[in-house]
Amino acid sequence: MIEQEYNNLISVALRVRESIIRMSGNGGCFIGASLSCADIIVYLYAKYLEVSHENINNPNRDFLFLSKGHDVPALYATLAEFRFIEKERLSHHLHINDNIYWHPNTSIPGIEFHSGSLGHLLSVAMGVAYDCLMKKQDNRIVVIMGDGELNEGSVWEGLLVASALKLHNMIIIVDRNKFQANMRTEELIPLEPLENKFVAFGWNVQRIDGHDFFAIGDALKICDEHRGTPHVIIADTIRGKGVPSIEERADRWFCNFTNNDIDSLIQELYGNESKQLDSSIFHVR
Amino acid sequence: MTYEQLLTELVEDNEFLYIMTAENRAHIRQLPQKIGGKFIDVGIAEQTMIGMAAGLALQGNTVITHALASFLTMRSFEFIRTDVGIAELPVCIVGFIPGILSEANGPTHQSLEDIGLMRLIPSMNIFSPMDEEELINGMTHIVNSKNPWYIRYSNQPSKIQHKPFEIGKAEEIGEGNDIVIFSHGFLCNEALEVASQLERNGFSSKVVNMRTLRPFDEEVIIRTILDADVICIIEDHFSTGALFTIISEIIALRGLSATLLPFNLRTWHKSGLLKDVMQYETMTAEYITQKIMASLQ
Repeated sequence: MIEQEYNNLISVALRVRESIIRMSGNGGCFIGASLSCADIIVYLYAKYLEVSHENINNPNRDFLFLSKGHDVPALYATLAEFRFIEKERLSHHLHINDNIYWHPNTSIPGIEFHSGSLGHLLSVAMGVAYDCLMKKQDNRIVVIMGDGELNEGSVWEGLLVASALKLHNMIIIVDRNKFQANMRTEELIPLEPLENKFVAFGWNVQRIDGHDFFAIGDALKICDEHRGTPHVIIADTIRGKGVPSIEERADRWFCNFTNNDIDSLIQELYGNESKQLDSSIFHVR
Repeated sequence: MTYEQLLTELVEDNEFLYIMTAENRAHIRQLPQKIGGKFIDVGIAEQTMIGMAAGLALQGNTVITHALASFLTMRSFEFIRTDVGIAELPVCIVGFIPGILSEANGPTHQSLEDIGLMRLIPSMNIFSPMDEEELINGMTHIVNSKNPWYIRYSNQPSKIQHKPFEIGKAEEIGEGNDIVIFSHGFLCNEALEVASQLERNGFSSKVVNMRTLRPFDEEVIIRTILDADVICIIEDHFSTGALFTIISEIIALRGLSATLLPFNLRTWHKSGLLKDVMQYETMTAEYITQKIMASLQ
């Protein structure tokens, strides 16, 4: 990757994070998880997935399934950057007359399937992957999952079956931000050692820094070269990445910020000092 | 023709058709050799099967999935609702040994709420065939409809020559109007026996085999309610959620009045061989006939 491409990725990711922050007011959104997976989603659309706003129905396109649907602001913002939807439409977030709501739905061009209930899209993606292999097409099927989502039994059921069916055209990227809702994963249902679990289920496993574009690119390249088993990339990330005042804070899961706070967070994103936030904190547990 | 032969022919004629099972191959044992990769057995993983079926359907395919009715409709209910139902995908969900056909398996295996659950999914259609001939006649229409379907599998040998199948049209058997017996699935055979016993006792009756419970034949239900003295409803399902509920809702919504005699189950049935279960749960033609005649006195 040449320097100019790298700098471009950095710029796109910054703009995506700014859009995510702007969606965290007037009703709010799941900002922490959206910020943690932003670099992964930006890289996928910028450099990896063979899909564009001009070929969203092409049967030979690559597929992205967002299984942990609550981080969809990162996807909305990225789809806007890559012209699947008008950027203006992001300002319709939570408007009753549009469909830019808290979880993904297929009325948004580029969104392949709805999600929201965790542990569903692995198996849905497996159906697509199986059909592509039957048709001898070389589509790549990427599924983004949360680490908390790995609590769901249907995930491990799907992992077993995908391995048995040798769906080597599938890549799971786990956004390993180490939080689920208002808890640290390791304090609730510990996942580590996580690589070993996927290896035991027959998957080709890599573990990377999920904010390092070079590492994301290298890992995806290995997936393309390695045939025979499905792939999982455990991407270690930071919840709230890019905005230090909410990074790695269990209490900043779903946030509904005031306009003042949003201004402060955007300044923080672009390198200014963090400020005291006034908005109330939501707890589910 | 058997169900398995039908599926083989459907796959041979339609390159966009997959057959799946969650490790239950009892009625489709020869399919793997015949249709190769179009047959997918995911093991004992009903949720994954339904999710995968949704993914296959997103690719433009129709998918026919199989498992025991109780596990299929309940273990994977949310996958049926959320992945197949919301997206209105052409996935057929075929439940084996539904209702009291689970015989001696015990309550874990008794799907006595399956139709009620499926009716709660707005886009889901429901087919409860009387026997193998009707199952085969209906499946071709159902596959071609490109909608979500729940099929309550029944492969009893056919005892009657069926009228042509049409989705949403009930099959009326007999001419009598005094007593009308509604049923669906294999219990239609019992309903026919009830009708003939009633005839022998001097009452005119007919059987309405509902065939599809969504869409259902509202015209036949309303016409029958207006004409009949007694409406009898026989089904191996809990009293809530299936045909008794459908007919009750029509009566309430249309402001009709009728004498209803439902024969269904209020809790899990005693486990045993089918004929013994029928006796124990008072679902036999003899018992039902006596109850109907008693109600007329």
